Amino acid sequence: MSSQMTIRDIAGLVDGRVICCEDRLSTSVEYAFASDLMSDVLTVDKENILLITGLTNLQVIRTSEMSDINCVIVARDKKVNDDMVRLAEENNIILVESPHSVFHVSGELYKAGLKPIY
Amino acid sequence: MQIRHKIAGGDFTRAGNVASAVKKILQQLNIDHKQSKRIVIALYEGEVNVVAHAYSGVVDVDIDSEKVRITISDKGPGIKDIEQAMEEGFSTATPQVREMGFGAGMGLSNMKRNSDFMEIRSVPGEGTLVELINYIRPDAS
Ligand SMILES: Nc1ncnc2c1ncn2[C@@H]1O[C@H](COP(=O)(O)OP(=O)(O)O)[C@@H](O)[C@H]1O
Ligand SMILES: [Mg+2]
Repeated sequence: MSSQMTIRDIAGLVDGRVICCEDRLSTSVEYAFASDLMSDVLTVDKENILLITGLTNLQVIRTSEMSDINCVIVARDKKVNDDMVRLAEENNIILVESPHSVFHVSGELYKAGLKPIY
Repeated sequence: MQIRHKIAGGDFTRAGNVASAVKKILQQLNIDHKQSKRIVIALYEGEVNVVAHAYSGVVDVDIDSEKVRITISDKGPGIKDIEQAMEEGFSTATPQVREMGFGAGMGLSNMKRNSDFMEIRSVPGEGTLVELINYIRPDAS
């Protein structure tokens, strides 16, 4: 239980811009998973996870909703669209945009103690 | 309790709407979280399959005291070789489906893993019916 981090700290580490659900930034997560493949994300059998992805479409949010993912970091300066924001707000999913690559974001957060799933 | 939803083939903006609605119902019914997560993930992959591979579909959800039974039936090309379709990695998905984060050939195996019972029936050229059963009383399976 030691390696929980708040989304606020996580967003800081990846120079992230918080797009929605700012009121939930003190939520903490323990695990992170990086993928552009939503079928892969849907196999993750853990609660309290953060998703790092380069994909920006509505299915990223739907997948997060089904998988109980409470924060998505969109890497490499990709911009989330309005439909994504609306659906994320509806489901209390925090969206963060980061200028860095998936590799960079993953490396930072791994170094800071977030755990991998596999 | 019986609920029916429609799915429009090809409409990726709405894929997941049915699974989302069912998730809320299962929450209201206080269904065990682990089991309800399995149910909605299996349903979501099934919904995505209708959107990705078929023309239109109907989802029927039937909840009683011991199980949640879901049937997803579609009008579409059907599946010629179900065993092959079940193989992880087999996919006929278009590039457009892949751009959505699906189409890696993992959907049906995800559905199998997340259900207590799954059966697929299909008539090539007509459509496909997937039945999913999950037991919601720990001692009922
Ligand atoms: N409802 C369906 N109608 C027609 N074909 C389907 C349907 N569901 C699955 N299939 C076929 O089975 C294959 C494997 O499905 P799945 O495991 O979900 O992987 P994916 O959808 O990523 O291709 C699909 O590529 C498709 O050829
Ligand atoms: Mg599929």
